[in-house]
Amino acid sequence: MSFWTSQLLNALSFGALLFLVSAGLSLILGLMRIVSVAHGSFYMLGAYIALATLTASHSYPLAIVAAILTMLVLGALLQRTLIERVGSDPLRQVLLTFGFLLVVGDAALAMWSGSPAIIPVPPFLAGSVAVGSAHYPLYRIAVIFLGLGLAFVLDRVQTGTHLGALVRAGADDLEMLSCMGVNVRRLFVWVFAFGTALAGFGGAVGGVFLGVYPGVDLEIGFLGFVVVIVGGLGSIRGTLAASLIVALIDTLSKSLFPEISLFAIFLLLIVVIAIRPTGLFGRRSLA
Amino acid sequence: MNRRAPLIVCMFLALMLVGAWSGLLASFYVGLLTQALLTALFVMSLDLLVGYTGLDSLGHAAFFGFGGYTAALLSTHGVTNVFPLLLASAAGSGILGMLFGAVALRASGAYFLIISMALGYLPWALAIRWRSVTGGSDGLPGLMRPDLGFGIALNSDAAYFTFVTVFVIVCGIALAAIGRSSFGQALRGIKDSPSRMAALGYNVWLHKYVCFIIAAVFAGMAGMLTGFYTGLVSPDDLSVSQSAFGLMAVILGGAGTLLGPAIGAATIIVIHFTVGSMTPYWNSMLGCIYILVVLFAPRGIFRRFVLARKVKTV
Repeated sequence: MSFWTSQLLNALSFGALLFLVSAGLSLILGLMRIVSVAHGSFYMLGAYIALATLTASHSYPLAIVAAILTMLVLGALLQRTLIERVGSDPLRQVLLTFGFLLVVGDAALAMWSGSPAIIPVPPFLAGSVAVGSAHYPLYRIAVIFLGLGLAFVLDRVQTGTHLGALVRAGADDLEMLSCMGVNVRRLFVWVFAFGTALAGFGGAVGGVFLGVYPGVDLEIGFLGFVVVIVGGLGSIRGTLAASLIVALIDTLSKSLFPEISLFAIFLLLIVVIAIRPTGLFGRRSLA
Repeated sequence: MNRRAPLIVCMFLALMLVGAWSGLLASFYVGLLTQALLTALFVMSLDLLVGYTGLDSLGHAAFFGFGGYTAALLSTHGVTNVFPLLLASAAGSGILGMLFGAVALRASGAYFLIISMALGYLPWALAIRWRSVTGGSDGLPGLMRPDLGFGIALNSDAAYFTFVTVFVIVCGIALAAIGRSSFGQALRGIKDSPSRMAALGYNVWLHKYVCFIIAAVFAGMAGMLTGFYTGLVSPDDLSVSQSAFGLMAVILGGAGTLLGPAIGAATIIVIHFTVGSMTPYWNSMLGCIYILVVLFAPRGIFRRFVLARKVKTV
């Protein structure tokens, strides 16, 4: 397989994973206006819990479900017991979620030690498929389809269902939505929990080819924010496009000039902020 | 401003100086106070952004660490005098501030917070990956403490502590003077209502930009002195954890009071090196402190001490 084909596939699969993580962040930031720096913590915890469940039960479906459900519950608890109390001040939200990130990071370090772990490839997705004249891991191909499929479903839900209408209405005018008799508080708990569950799912999926290690929480959280800034808030298509762009730039720059690879992402970030502060697909800015 | 609070702090520091030189104060505590003072300077520079201008930056450690790295790289080329090193760190961080400020200040509010965090991530990642220059995650160890010129060395803990005390007090006075100047008053106005200040003819963007650069310069000098105290600059100095720590200290001490955040920062540093060193779970403790501060002391716990108790009406 040529260098470019494999790089492109790597970027696509990494982009699909980034989409899993950033879709939730985009909702949390775009609809709820909550700046949560703990989003990567849910990714990390999801990966660790999937790995622990897998080691105990040897069942992949169970591992995935465990990661999603625990992150759903933990996210709902975080929103309901802590974040709800600090109101709309982004500074307080950031400090609160950063405190949560520190506690989670420490707990994960104590429970799973600091050495990097990797989730084994599920047997039914092991092996490789022929791409042109060469082979590429089947698992990564499956992740690409998973990401694209999820993007399609989320986009349908957002544009074509009652729930999606609520979310869009909330992003546009929260007070009006509340006046129309929608229980915004409960909607928020669900949206936050849904976002963190997606991040946990991302951890279970990404732990197979990226591994999980201390510090991955900040790394993924950072990339998630870049995706959201580049893509703009509130649009699933924007998030998908931005995930793929960020992943492509990240993958290419890492293989072409590894020492200063992050410069490429920052160049993208700076160009987007300079030309379109609302993001490539966003209609309005957070400010 | 309560006139007594700065006086009490200065008297306390004078007492500690006597203790350090007479040997009554163990060198562990001298080191602790040195670090506390330098962190206080870092946090005061951040307070100029957060408390005065309302720019909640989550990337301020970038300037703290960048100043340290700039001076460390210069010192490997044989510079030993403290003043050129300070100047280099101030210039390095100031230039970085000009670049980052130009980008970040296109946004405001929550968006500014996120963008400042993303920008602050760059120097950190660069320090880790660009091993040939920055030493990677090990950082640049083995920095020799600089001298004062005229043959005066700063090698002993007491001497370094003395220099840091004088320097931080001078910087604190300078920051307070900036805050009290017409420029500082304009910053407060911008925090309350940028649109009104713009209508009054103030160049809001330029005020924010200059404030951002000033804060970067002071943070850089604090980072330089910290690096040369511990003998090491590392990616930790640039990390988002360091930035978040600064923000938390600002809130804990009472944003916009300068002295409050300084005391807040010093308090946490003292707790870190005493209680924190006894437990492997310091990060969890720190995380809980964050959450408690945000939930129960969003306006700070040292505000009372720092501000005048009675408001005198004329």
